[in-house]
Amino acid sequence: MSKYTPILTRRYTLPQSWTLAVAESAGAYEAARKALNTMTPEAIRAEVKAANLRGRGGAGFPAGVKWSFLAPKPGQQVYLVINADEGEPGTFKDRTIMEKDPHRLIEGCIITMYAIGSHKTFIYVRGELALAIERLEKAIQEAKARNYLGSKPFGTNHPMEIVVHPGAGAYICGEETALLNSLEGKRGEPRLKPPFPAVRGAFDMPTIVNNVETIASVPDIILMGGEAWSRLSLLPPEFNDGGVRLYGVSGHVARPGIYEAPVGITLRELIYELGGGMLHPDRPLKAVIPGGSSTPVIRPDDKVHAPDPKHPLHRWHGKSHLDVPMGVDTMRGIGSMLGTCCAIVMDTSVNMVEVARNLMRFYHHESCGQCTPCREGTGWLVDILNQVAGGRGNKVHLDLLVDVSNNMMGNTICALADGAAMPMLALIQKFRKEFIEAIEKGLTNDHRLDRAIRHALLKEGALA
Amino acid sequence: MMRNENENPHAPFQPDPKEEQAIDELIAKYPTKRAACLPLLHMCQRRVGWISPEVIDFVAKRLEMSTAEVKGIVTFYTMYHHAPVGKHVIWVCRTLSCELRGAKTIQEHLERRLGCRPGQTSRDGRWTLKKAECLAGCGYAPVVQIDDRYYEELTPAKLDAILDQIEKGEMPPQSETPWRLP
Ligand SMILES: Cc1cc2nc3c(=O)[nH]c(=O)nc-3n(C[C@H](O)[C@H](O)[C@H](O)COP(=O)(O)O)c2cc1C
Ligand code: SF4
Ligand code: FES
Repeated sequence: MSKYTPILTRRYTLPQSWTLAVAESAGAYEAARKALNTMTPEAIRAEVKAANLRGRGGAGFPAGVKWSFLAPKPGQQVYLVINADEGEPGTFKDRTIMEKDPHRLIEGCIITMYAIGSHKTFIYVRGELALAIERLEKAIQEAKARNYLGSKPFGTNHPMEIVVHPGAGAYICGEETALLNSLEGKRGEPRLKPPFPAVRGAFDMPTIVNNVETIASVPDIILMGGEAWSRLSLLPPEFNDGGVRLYGVSGHVARPGIYEAPVGITLRELIYELGGGMLHPDRPLKAVIPGGSSTPVIRPDDKVHAPDPKHPLHRWHGKSHLDVPMGVDTMRGIGSMLGTCCAIVMDTSVNMVEVARNLMRFYHHESCGQCTPCREGTGWLVDILNQVAGGRGNKVHLDLLVDVSNNMMGNTICALADGAAMPMLALIQKFRKEFIEAIEKGLTNDHRLDRAIRHALLKEGALA
Repeated sequence: MMRNENENPHAPFQPDPKEEQAIDELIAKYPTKRAACLPLLHMCQRRVGWISPEVIDFVAKRLEMSTAEVKGIVTFYTMYHHAPVGKHVIWVCRTLSCELRGAKTIQEHLERRLGCRPGQTSRDGRWTLKKAECLAGCGYAPVVQIDDRYYEELTPAKLDAILDQIEKGEMPPQSETPWRLP
């Protein structure tokens, strides 16, 4: 992978990469100029479809297909809304685009607005990300001053405007319909679907909601053509999962961070090559959460079971889950999810009951409270796990955790409840012994999640 | 809007003409008035330090909402302070990636240094300590946010240096997020 030439991140290392002068000297807005001056909206949409660009926000829905659901009635405005609420634990990729190359996102918005017949984009940025907001605002000013936005962008008669909207701290606002409510100045509570945003979204108008990275991929799709972009992926074409993407790796690796690579590298490559391997030579990999905290945990010794030659994963039959190329459908095929493609790596010092307790506390805190199974269920999970940790565990607790989780799935307005229940169930299924042990003996200070590095941290710096 | 410490805390919230203009511009960005609610609350909080009842009244009136609606919003989002806070607010991320890299150690260190627990303000009124959920800095853990700046890849000693500097009246800049080439 050392020969890889970055695409999405190619401007990140330039000094002042976030300014228009620097970005433009390194190719920014070439794609927008080409799209608006030489292409029809239909042609752009066809390229994005051919690119097999799967949404980068977690669900992996093909962007080109989503755009085709738009059918505005006469007189209706179409809005483009960028989901920049980045809050899924373990995920920190969109922030790098907004901080280091905001013009890439703006260029993507310009091309997309033209392609879908929209004149206005709202970028909903997580309120905490003050630097990202500042750089986006500045970049929009710069683009306006050059007439890349405004009444005639690149001389084309298609007025465009971009508004940066700050969130105010609520994970649930990353869910697209909660985000729309929050944008409208309401509590960030998810809406019942249907209607889907493409029919009735922001301010009751047809709306496309896409993740930051999804839209930031559009300029290069236009420059190199959808098919060529799609072929950059390492996955076989029948997976319809094209291009390159940002990978994140955090936790117990030597070089945590965001890295760009083609779609379809393996978890092993992400951890041991890009991530620089495990943090400490004596503490091997125990578990990895592949794509944000809502994705079920993976063990290195889990093997692909697909003996049937017609099974889509057959070619990886018998291999470790770490050696399956990461894609939306391949990860689903091994019982997990690709999610945001940002992995959390845990070594043998980690107690999985503590992991569950940390994550369930998160979901309980972030549940918007509209649905009883989610509001109460996440609370019960936390209560039970706290009792177990506190040494008041009971044999029935294991079944209770499974029961509560099962009752949360599929019974709610949005996917937050599933996003809590799925990892909970996977943790129990894959680390059952640890749960039983905790129920019998409770947990002590020795199980705290930073126990392996605490000493070094207190002594200063050197972590390993 | 700068925060004015001599302001009468119970006077109705009254923007100056420059602020009025900024608010008009804000509202003009959206198809409805109430859509400006979140950014307007941020603006007010930057000036007053928290979302006081006077701010709620002002926002409700200005955006033609009921005060109950504005309160419903203020309580939904974590960034709005429902009560006065210290001069600086420190948010310690306690979610999994940070936890694996020492977030609890960082929090304990802060509790000792500031003499207060999460949710509380130090006796000298300088610091309010809060726990945060994932701040989108997981690869640069442990992470704290002080006011609107991120400080990443912390150790207790690094954090001490940052706090010392802030106590002297200088806010250290947020460093550029590390970018490591593969
Ligand atoms: C609880 C929850 C939180 C979410 N958080 C985010 C987020 O922070 N950023 C994001 O882009 N998508 C998030 N999503 C996914 C969005 O609902 C939506 O699928 C996505 O923005 C669509 O964009 P894409 O098709 O480009 O991926 C979240 C979904 C759920 C259920
Ligand atoms: S599932 Fe949870 S977060 Fe989603 S709408 Fe229901 S209560 Fe709210
Ligand atoms: S877990 Fe702390 S920033 Fe994500």
